[in-house]
Amino acid sequence: MTDISPPKGRGALARREARLAWGLLFPTIAIVALVVIVPLLAIFWISFKPVTLGDLRPAEIRTRVALRDRGDQALLELRVINPSREQEMRNAALNVTLPEGVALTGDLPQGCAMDGQDLSCDFGTLEAGANERFRVDAQVNGDTREAERAMRDAKVTATGHVSNVLTNSTFTLDNFRQLFSGSEFWSVLGITLFYTVFGTLGALVVGLFAALLLNKSFRGQGILRGLYLFPYVAPVIAVAFTWITLFDPYSGSANALLVQMGVSEGAINFFGAKPLALIMVTVFEIWRYFPLSFLFILARMQSIDTDMYEAADMDGASPFQKFWYLSMPQLLGILSVLFLLRFIWTFNKFDDIFLLTGGNAGTRVLTVNVYEQAFAVSNIGAGAAVAVVIFACLLVFSGLFFRTMSREEGL
Amino acid sequence: MKILHKGYLTGPIIGALWALVMSVTLGVAISFATGAAAKPALIGSLILGLATGFARVRITNRWAADAVAVIVALALMAVGLGALQFDDSFNFVWRVALSVVLAGAVSIPLNSILRELRFGALTRHQFEDAVIRFLTGFGYIFFTAIVVIPFYVMVMTSMKSQQQLMLNPLDFSIDLSRGWHLFDSYYELMTQFHFGRYLWTSFYVSVLTVLLTLLFSVPGAYAVARLRFRGQKVFSRGILLIYMVPMIVLALPIYIAYSMVGLRNSILGIVMIYPVTTIPVALYMLQGYFRGLPVEVEEAGLMDGLSRLKVIWKITLPLALPAMASVGLYVFMIAWNEFLLAFMLLDDPSKFTLTRGIASLNSSEIPRQHLMAGAVIATVPIMALFLGLERFMTRGLTAGAVKG
Repeated sequence: MTDISPPKGRGALARREARLAWGLLFPTIAIVALVVIVPLLAIFWISFKPVTLGDLRPAEIRTRVALRDRGDQALLELRVINPSREQEMRNAALNVTLPEGVALTGDLPQGCAMDGQDLSCDFGTLEAGANERFRVDAQVNGDTREAERAMRDAKVTATGHVSNVLTNSTFTLDNFRQLFSGSEFWSVLGITLFYTVFGTLGALVVGLFAALLLNKSFRGQGILRGLYLFPYVAPVIAVAFTWITLFDPYSGSANALLVQMGVSEGAINFFGAKPLALIMVTVFEIWRYFPLSFLFILARMQSIDTDMYEAADMDGASPFQKFWYLSMPQLLGILSVLFLLRFIWTFNKFDDIFLLTGGNAGTRVLTVNVYEQAFAVSNIGAGAAVAVVIFACLLVFSGLFFRTMSREEGL
Repeated sequence: MKILHKGYLTGPIIGALWALVMSVTLGVAISFATGAAAKPALIGSLILGLATGFARVRITNRWAADAVAVIVALALMAVGLGALQFDDSFNFVWRVALSVVLAGAVSIPLNSILRELRFGALTRHQFEDAVIRFLTGFGYIFFTAIVVIPFYVMVMTSMKSQQQLMLNPLDFSIDLSRGWHLFDSYYELMTQFHFGRYLWTSFYVSVLTVLLTLLFSVPGAYAVARLRFRGQKVFSRGILLIYMVPMIVLALPIYIAYSMVGLRNSILGIVMIYPVTTIPVALYMLQGYFRGLPVEVEEAGLMDGLSRLKVIWKITLPLALPAMASVGLYVFMIAWNEFLLAFMLLDDPSKFTLTRGIASLNSSEIPRQHLMAGAVIATVPIMALFLGLERFMTRGLTAGAVKG
């Protein structure tokens, strides 16, 4: 019998197709690599470096050259500053052309030389924070004011090299040591887990309830479905500030309502008191993201075969039995995929908590900690270390996700 | 549970729970509309509900059961045990009218919740159906309330003045005599806080983001969906993985790089970075759509002598237009709502996007209603777009994460 399996190896056609594919993908790969892969590598690099916010702007030599008229004697004043407080500056040098009619009569500072009207100085190495001033007697022929103005406008070329902590070879483990040694890290991790687990589960359960409500056709179903998506579609900044306004301890409607209904005695500081703030941001997370799970679950529900339910009706199954024994097994796949996806996204969430509490009152999660370390404490290296920890967690979660995904969806 | 399968138990219990739901709903609604106190009372609600539920399963005539509910509600009010406790700002007529409304709100829905229920023993089916109808009614009220209340507060607060807010935070009644002055905060935002410019910036940044995203992701998605090449599977997983990298992790190095290159505080920088955050999502969504298109149409094109690129341009793209609309809308929404990057990268008020502009309103010197007016300005365009094109939008959202 002849072999009828497809030809092995890659023919010219297949190769052309693959070439086209890479051609089409190249722009995307290039841009994503540039903006995702490179920053990720950078984060690893920075996390091993003692970088602070101040190091971002590389220190440059600052100079000022001015001509002053002290009555009978004119002075040329040179100032050279190394603005970096930690690093010395090497090869500091300056070059300026003096205006016509200005001549230097005094002794030149060390390292300086005149060539015609060109003054060039080489200061060698300036210490960290150096601020040096040199005065040289000068003589002006003609209008002094004019010469002063000309001196002010004269172009000064100055060079000086400060080694940049971002690119030099200083490495440190301090960022990580500091991160893991403090008790703060573990409390941040605990808060993150609480927020992520309850936020995810809550959004799933509430979303399932909403999907069950709308899984039938009636007039106004479309309107309600659109309405229930509002929290997700609206800009996070708008809804977060609305929640803050609503739950404000002094002028918030929620507090006024609770007092009026006799539920609470006085004002409750919803986003400022310790255990309550965390619960509130979790509730906000559920409120904002239940629409997403609701949408997915509803889509899955509507694709379930109705024959099954008719058969169950014939057998006399009750509504709860039908839900538990027929719908739930069908929904389990989407629920587990949604759980993992939402888990990862909730874990990554930054905006919501940052806007609601700024990470105060026991709501500082890992992502907010990145911001706090990098910008509030100005320690970029420490922030990067937290980011590395987040990334490691993410890798573990996505490993889980892809295993579930291939089982459930055959991806 | 078996013990509950009796009409004379199920009816009153569900009735009582429903009455509780309705009195709280009505009380909250009255408070939010007028600022006056109408306090739901536990005992009164339970009595009203028990009586109505009992009447519903006992009396077959529905009007008679309604009448029972009204009479019980008025009697409870008369003896001071009303399901709603009114404060002094309600006169007698209002109290009677609201009590009748409450009786109707309890009795009329109970008519459908408790239909099919007999007075005696119930089958499991009848019992569970009644419970489900109760939960459905409760669910509609609950979800509508939690969605509507924050947006209602947002809009109403933006039309108040600071004193009105402090005086009674619950009073959202609109003082129509103020006329156009109701919109003072909007006017001030537009004239003094440059919100007109922010709106425009946000708009064109979002549109550019959509265009750039589609430009990059359409060819990529087509390649992943249709063409065979080594590493295809790894690639489509890689897209998802990148989709999951948290923005704050990327934002830090981007901030550093932008600071060094001098791209901070420039719209160009924002327009460069936004599409990159959306390309992986768009690519993932679009490849799902492309997979769903019939291959035969494209093969027919290839047979007729079109090149691959021509096939994409003349056959696939026109077929995928609705999908591209969905993806475009979704990307527009992401770009319009984006906050973190705008917040970190923009400091110059003349270059703010709308979300960054609102963030700058969050200070103690600027009154609350300005902040809420800003929130309304940011929300209304995206909502209008969403409601107008809801079909595309929901499809975009569902395709965004996993195939359903």
